[in-house]
Amino acid sequence: MQHELELVCPAGSLPALKAAVDNGADCVYLGFRDDTNARNFTGLNFDAANARSGVAYAHSKGAKVFLALNTYPRAAGLERWKKAIDLAAELGMDAVILADPGLMQYAMKTHPLLHLHLSVQGSATNYEAINFYHEHFGIRRAVLPRVLSFAQVEELSGGTPVELELFGFGGLCVMVEGRCSLSSYATGESPNNCGVCSPPKAVRWQQTSRGLESRLNGVLIDRYTDKENAGYPTLCKGRFAVEGETYYVMEEPTSLNTLELLPELLRIKVRGLKIEGRQRSPAYVAQVTRVWREAIDQCIKDPPGFSVRPAWAAELGRISEGQQHTLGAYHRPWK
Amino acid sequence: MKLALGPILYYWPREKLQAYYEEIAATPVEIVYLGETVCSRRHVMRLPDWLDAAKMLAAAGKEVVLSTLSLIESESDLKSLRRITENGHFAVEANDMGAVRLLARRVPFVAGPYLNIYNPQTLSLIASLGARRWVMPVEMSQETLQSLLLSRPAGIETEVFSYGRLPLAFSSRCFTARYHNLPKDDCRFLCINDPDGKTVHTREGKPFLAINGIQTQSAQVYNLIGDLDSLQQTGVDAVRISPQSEHSGEVIRLFRDCIDQRVGREHAVRQIERLFPEAGCNGYWHGRPGIEQAILASAIQHD
Repeated sequence: MQHELELVCPAGSLPALKAAVDNGADCVYLGFRDDTNARNFTGLNFDAANARSGVAYAHSKGAKVFLALNTYPRAAGLERWKKAIDLAAELGMDAVILADPGLMQYAMKTHPLLHLHLSVQGSATNYEAINFYHEHFGIRRAVLPRVLSFAQVEELSGGTPVELELFGFGGLCVMVEGRCSLSSYATGESPNNCGVCSPPKAVRWQQTSRGLESRLNGVLIDRYTDKENAGYPTLCKGRFAVEGETYYVMEEPTSLNTLELLPELLRIKVRGLKIEGRQRSPAYVAQVTRVWREAIDQCIKDPPGFSVRPAWAAELGRISEGQQHTLGAYHRPWK
Repeated sequence: MKLALGPILYYWPREKLQAYYEEIAATPVEIVYLGETVCSRRHVMRLPDWLDAAKMLAAAGKEVVLSTLSLIESESDLKSLRRITENGHFAVEANDMGAVRLLARRVPFVAGPYLNIYNPQTLSLIASLGARRWVMPVEMSQETLQSLLLSRPAGIETEVFSYGRLPLAFSSRCFTARYHNLPKDDCRFLCINDPDGKTVHTREGKPFLAINGIQTQSAQVYNLIGDLDSLQQTGVDAVRISPQSEHSGEVIRLFRDCIDQRVGREHAVRQIERLFPEAGCNGYWHGRPGIEQAILASAIQHD
């Protein structure tokens, strides 16, 4: 079934892919089991055989599969990325999500029928940048960094023929994706060069007399009293001190939720609504997909009458483990 | 190797900016990048003011390049961008692919450090569009650069960020306004009070980062003066010094003297470290976390 707004869901494993498809995802996105994608975590992602099964399953149910190939290869490893593109074409994937212009050129020349999407890691925040990738590589879709206000997204959409995909739910990247080296500054590994941010192998937890401490490669990211919930030490969500004042200098441990924006997203003809979370469990993916499917269907049926049902908000709130939600940059005052 | 002075990443008062470039005109720096690259709201210098500074520096024999904004979000940002790319006289450093689109095959340009050029294919593509110099991403190591330059396209120079607090990240949120509990749209331009950014300490008091409006920098000063031999051997054509609020003239002269082998490397390292607002680091160049300070080969021999 062709929807005007596609629900694009994360698949960190074959069971997660099936959960997404079974619960109404129009598209799923996945990565291979190496540093060619920006969720390069142990135990996650697909080998060739799993990817083949995943594509077959999704296609049998009318869903599309996108391959995330969104890190920047260096000269030494380039062949691995090219092979991943070849494999995506061979497996009949519906699109490849790329950030690196050199790879886009390879994909376009080698597999002219393969659809290309510009990854959020490509940092395109204006239509001139998006049109650059369109003119040179024929990209069909661009995933926008989580930094634009809704008014800015609308303005941008008028300047490009390229379809737009927006993040709707899940982790909130505070920085322009593809333009953040905080993780490699502390640990040596970043999204651009290794497909990881604040990598688990650099994390240390230690109970001290001053509280529970989380560190990234020795750098103290936060310290918690017994009454506080400790969160994963993502660098930009830590508490630090500026001129003696300790607070969340960049952002609180909060996540993105744009349910209430759905009618507006439909109005400006956003093509993809992306759910973050390839690192999440199949159960999580199933729940989030179900809620968003229902919400999108309701909204398409009756945009002016749309309102966020308390049950949806409650279900999404439950799986976000009591975290706060925000509209992020879509809501201008967040900036 | 040539010496380049990067764009000023901070918001300084107009008088300080003008005095700064008067001073720079008399230093042995070959290339000067000018313009606001961090925040579109900053306004003490408008394009005509930057062009005045550019003309003064060009008259003093400097190669002048106008740098563009790194985060372009709105139509008004694009208008400012077009005014720069269509200036008709000075070369432009593109810090966003939108700028590359406006410059490609029309005007020779410099591919800035935020374009994410990580491999020879992308470098060749950018070169074919008219880039005559590119600035390596700050997190790239000597080893990666070396293998990239094995297949370097003809006619393009390589520049490496070699001194100053590292520009590590951009957000649409202003962290300086957030510190002051102000919305970005009513920020009162308080970043003008932080000529080197605001240092961010960990909860155990160690300097870690610095906030500069929407930009996050390292607290530590990246410094490759002790690595100049390795920069030269790798085939780097230009070394970028990023302005801090004090001592730019001395830093430029020390780099020049060190490149020309008028002073010893260890002497230069000792001299330059006195000028830092914080400790130094050079980890990225050595394939380590950026915050680390790799020990110099010469220091090992002496210890």
